[in-house]
Amino acid sequence: MTLEVKTKSFPKPSELAVPAGAEGWEKLYPYNLVFQNLSGAEDEKFWFCDSQHWPTVFKPFETIGGEFAVKCLGQYNTRHLMIPPANGIEFKIHLGYLYMSPVPVPEAEIPNRVPEFERRAGHYFQNWDSMLEGWRTKVHGTIDEMESLTFEPLPDMVPFEDIVSGKAKDGSEVLMENFDRLIQLCYQNWQYHFEFLNLGYIAYLDFFGFCKEMFPGVPDQAIAKMVQGVDMELFRPDDELKKLAVLAIELGLQSSFENTDDVAGTLERVRAAKDGARWAEAYAAAQDPWFNFTVGNGFYGHDKYWNEHQEIPLGYIKDYIRRLEDGHDIMRPVAALIAERDRIIAEYRDHVDVEHQAIFDAKHGLAATAYPYVENHNFYIEHWTMGVFWRKVRQLGAVFVDAGFWSAPEDMLYLNRGEVRDAIFDLVTGWAVGSEATGPHYWPTEIERRRGIFDALAAQRPQPALNTPPARITEPFTMMLYGITTEQVQQWLSGDDAKSDGSITGMAASPGVVEGRARVVTHADQIGEVQEGEILVASITAPSWGPIFGKIKATVTDIGGMMSHAAIVCREYGLPAVTGTGRASTTIQTGQLIRVDGTSGRVEILEG
Amino acid sequence: MTLDRSTYIQFFDGGVEPQHGLLGGKCASLVSLTAAGMPVPPGFAVTTALYDGFVDQSGLAATITMLLASLDVDDVACVDVVSLRIRDEICSRPVPSHLRAITIAAYEELQSRFDHEVPVAVRSSATAEDLPDASFAGQQDTYLWLIGLDAVLEKIRQCWASLYTSRAITYRAKNGIPDEGLSMAVAVQKMVNARAAGVAITMNPATGDRSKITIDASYGVGEMVVSGQVTPDNIVLDKVMLSVVSETIGDKHAELVPDLESKSLVEREVDPERRQRRCLSDAELLLVAAMAKRAEKHFLCPQDIEWAVDADLPDGDNLLLLQSRPETVHSSKQAVPGSAPSSSSTSNFNLSSIICALTGVQPKL
Repeated sequence: MTLEVKTKSFPKPSELAVPAGAEGWEKLYPYNLVFQNLSGAEDEKFWFCDSQHWPTVFKPFETIGGEFAVKCLGQYNTRHLMIPPANGIEFKIHLGYLYMSPVPVPEAEIPNRVPEFERRAGHYFQNWDSMLEGWRTKVHGTIDEMESLTFEPLPDMVPFEDIVSGKAKDGSEVLMENFDRLIQLCYQNWQYHFEFLNLGYIAYLDFFGFCKEMFPGVPDQAIAKMVQGVDMELFRPDDELKKLAVLAIELGLQSSFENTDDVAGTLERVRAAKDGARWAEAYAAAQDPWFNFTVGNGFYGHDKYWNEHQEIPLGYIKDYIRRLEDGHDIMRPVAALIAERDRIIAEYRDHVDVEHQAIFDAKHGLAATAYPYVENHNFYIEHWTMGVFWRKVRQLGAVFVDAGFWSAPEDMLYLNRGEVRDAIFDLVTGWAVGSEATGPHYWPTEIERRRGIFDALAAQRPQPALNTPPARITEPFTMMLYGITTEQVQQWLSGDDAKSDGSITGMAASPGVVEGRARVVTHADQIGEVQEGEILVASITAPSWGPIFGKIKATVTDIGGMMSHAAIVCREYGLPAVTGTGRASTTIQTGQLIRVDGTSGRVEILEG
Repeated sequence: MTLDRSTYIQFFDGGVEPQHGLLGGKCASLVSLTAAGMPVPPGFAVTTALYDGFVDQSGLAATITMLLASLDVDDVACVDVVSLRIRDEICSRPVPSHLRAITIAAYEELQSRFDHEVPVAVRSSATAEDLPDASFAGQQDTYLWLIGLDAVLEKIRQCWASLYTSRAITYRAKNGIPDEGLSMAVAVQKMVNARAAGVAITMNPATGDRSKITIDASYGVGEMVVSGQVTPDNIVLDKVMLSVVSETIGDKHAELVPDLESKSLVEREVDPERRQRRCLSDAELLLVAAMAKRAEKHFLCPQDIEWAVDADLPDGDNLLLLQSRPETVHSSKQAVPGSAPSSSSTSNFNLSSIICALTGVQPKL
C-alpha cells in the first residue's frame, strides 16, 4: 500500500452529479448566475454555500433576493465605505443553491483605502442617530410606494373618459411600469438594507476583537450579550400578540379562540362578544405594521406572512391565553435582562486595566449603538418590505392566471424576472391584438417541466463548499456572519463531524444545560406541533417563531452563528441554545431524549 | 486587671469586628468571611493577646530578649541553636492557668456543637509585618486532623514557636524588623472531611487576566495541592459568565484522607479511573467559582482561596471555604472596581484602532 498525500479539497462544481430529473437545471437561472468557468477562475476559487439565508433551492424568480442582497452587501464594502481589507462577495447558483466567495482587497491597495474609509465610516458613526432616522424615512417611503402599486386585469375596452381626455394609452403600460417599479423598489430597499449593516458588524467585530485580546477565551456569548439590544423591534410582533392575549382575558373573550384555524369565524365571534369591538380594534392596530412578519426568512415566494395567514398569529394568541390561564408569566423579563446585561458589562469593565477602561468604554459604546441595527433592520426589510413584495408578485401572478397563462399565482415563480417581463408583453400583445397570447400554450408545460427539475434539485442537499479552501480563512465578515472559519472548513473536509462519543457539537450560543424530548421541525408549517417542555431541533429558525420560545426548553439548529435568530432569542428567553451543528435536524429524531449544553456547545442523544 | 474572654479567644462566628493585630491575617479573614455569610467551618482564634499574656506572665519574654541580644545573624549554626532553644521554651514552659483554662473552654465549646468529638485543624495566623510575605512558603504552620485536647494544645504552642524558626529570626534581623511586639494568633477549626479540595484564584495567574477564575482541584484534603505534591485538575473559568474556558485533567496520583484506625491523615494512591476524570462535577465547579467570586467581591481585590467539598454534608451545603487571602503576585495590575463608565455615545470612538483591527496594520500616529 502506498501512502498518497494530497491537499484535501471540496469537489469542483463540474464534478458534482446532477440529480436524476434535474438535467438542464442551469437554464432555469440567468447566464451570469451559474458556473460556466468562462474566465477559468471559477473552478479555482473557494466557494461556500450560504445555506443560512438560502437553505432551500431557488425557484427562478426567487433568485432576486440573493442577487439584490449579496450585490448590495458588496457595494457598501467596495464602493461606499471603502472597507480597507474587504470587497464584496461573489455569488453563484449551483444545482439550485447559493455559493459565495469573498473578494479580498489586494494587499497593496489596502493603505490607500484607509483615509477614505475613515472619512466615510467616520461620518456615519458620528451621525449615527440622525442618519438612521433618515434611513427609516427612506425605507418607509419605499414600502408605501410598493403598497400603492396595483396589478389589475386589463379591461375589455378602454374607458370612455380616456377617449375624451385623449389619454391615448391602454393601461398595459401600467402593468409593465408597475412590474419594473416593483423590482426597482425591492432593489432600493436592499440597497438601504446594507447602508448600516456592514458598519454595525464592523463596530461589533472591533469590540469583539478587543474583548478577545483583553480577556483571552472570553465566551462569544458574553460579548454578544454586552452589545445586544433587549427591547428590539424584532420582538415587537410577538409582544403585540402577548398584549392581545392579555386583553382577551381582561375582556373575557377566551371562548372566542377555540378554533383559530377558522380566522373569519374567530374574528366574528370576538366582534359579536361584549367588549369584543375593543379587542378587534387593538387587533387591527397591531397588524399595521407588525403582522408584516413571516414564518420564513423573506427570501422565498412561499414564505407565509401573518397578515395573510392570520391563523398563525391567532393560534399564538390562543396559546398565550392558555398559558396565562395556567398561571404562566408570558412576558419577557425585560428588566431582568437589562440588569443582567448591565452586570456583565460592568464586571468585564472592572476586569480591564485602568489604562484600557476608556478604550473599553469607547468600543463598547460604538458597538452598543451600531449593533442593534443588525437585529432591527430585519423587520423592515426581510419581513415588511419582502412581505409586501411577494404579495404584489402574487397579485401579478393572478393577472396571468386570469389570462390563462398558468393555474396558480405562485406558478409565476418558475419564471425568472426577465421572463416575467416578456410574458407581460406577450399578455398585453394578445389582449391588444385581440388574438390569443402565446403564454397559455407555452407556460403550463414549461412550468411543469421546470417544476420537475426544481423538485429533483430540492431532493438533494448542497455541498458545504466547493474547490480548494485557502490555508487560512481570515476575512472577518465571513467568519462572523457565516461561521466560516479554518476549523469549520477542516471539520467539513474531515467528512465526519461526529465526535467519538456520538455527541453533536456546534456553537455555544446561549448558556445553560437541559434535558428533554426533541421536536424536530423541518418546515415552518410544523411549528404548531411543538409541545410545552420540548427541545426545538430545526435546520434554522425565524423571528416569527417567537411565540414557541416561551414553551420550549432549548433550541438546537443546523445553521447559524452567535448572532443568528435562534441564538438571539434564546439568550433573550434564557434558554440554552446550540447553533450551527450542521446535522442536528437530520441526526436527532422527534421524541428522543437529548441533553443540550449551551455553555459548551454540545448536544447528546441520551436515549432513542 | 480583668479582660473579657474575647481578648483571648474569638469564635469566627462571634460577631466581633475582626482586629488584624489581635487575630492575625488568617483568623481576621475567617471572621470577616463568616460574618459575610460564607460557609467557613466553625472554629476560633487564639488571639495574639493570649500569646502575649503567655510570654509576659511566664517570664518567657525576658528569656527570648536575652537569647536574641547577643545573636550574630550571619552565624547560621548559632542562629539554629538559639532558634531551637527559644522554640523549646515556647513549647515547654507552663501556660498561666487562667489562659490555659480559657483555651480549654473554647475547645470544649467548639466540640459541644457536634454529636461526637470532631477532628480539628490548627494553623498559625501571623500579623503580616512580623514574618516574610504571606506567599513566602513554609512560614505558615498547619496541623491537620488533630483529635483531643492535648494534641490541640501542643500544636498551638508549635504555631507560636514558628515565630522563631531560624529563617524567621534571620529575616527580621536582616530587614530591621524589631522583635518587640512580635506576636502570633492561632486558628483552631473543625476539620473538613474533604472528598475533594484545592485552591481558586480570581484571575488567570499565567496572564494576569482578571476576567478569569483559575481552579486547582484534587481528591482528598487540599494540602497536597497547596504544597505541590500532586498535579491537580486545572480549570479556567470566565468569571463573569461562570463558564469553563479551558480545563486540563491532572494526574492526581494520591490523596490525603482520614484513616479511622490510626486517627490521622494518610496518603493513599488514587485508582486510575478516578485519576482520569475531573474530581469536581460541573455543578461543584460552578459553586467553587461562585464562592471565589464572592470572596473577591467581599475583599474588593483579587483573592486566592482554599476550599473543600465535605463528604459528610449534603449536596449544596458541602462546599466550604477554608481561607481567602489577597492574590499578591499580580496586585500591581489592578483595575479600579466600580468606577462609572463614560457615556456610551459614539463621540469618542477610535477609528484608527478599528482600522488596525480590520487590517492588522498599526495606524500612523
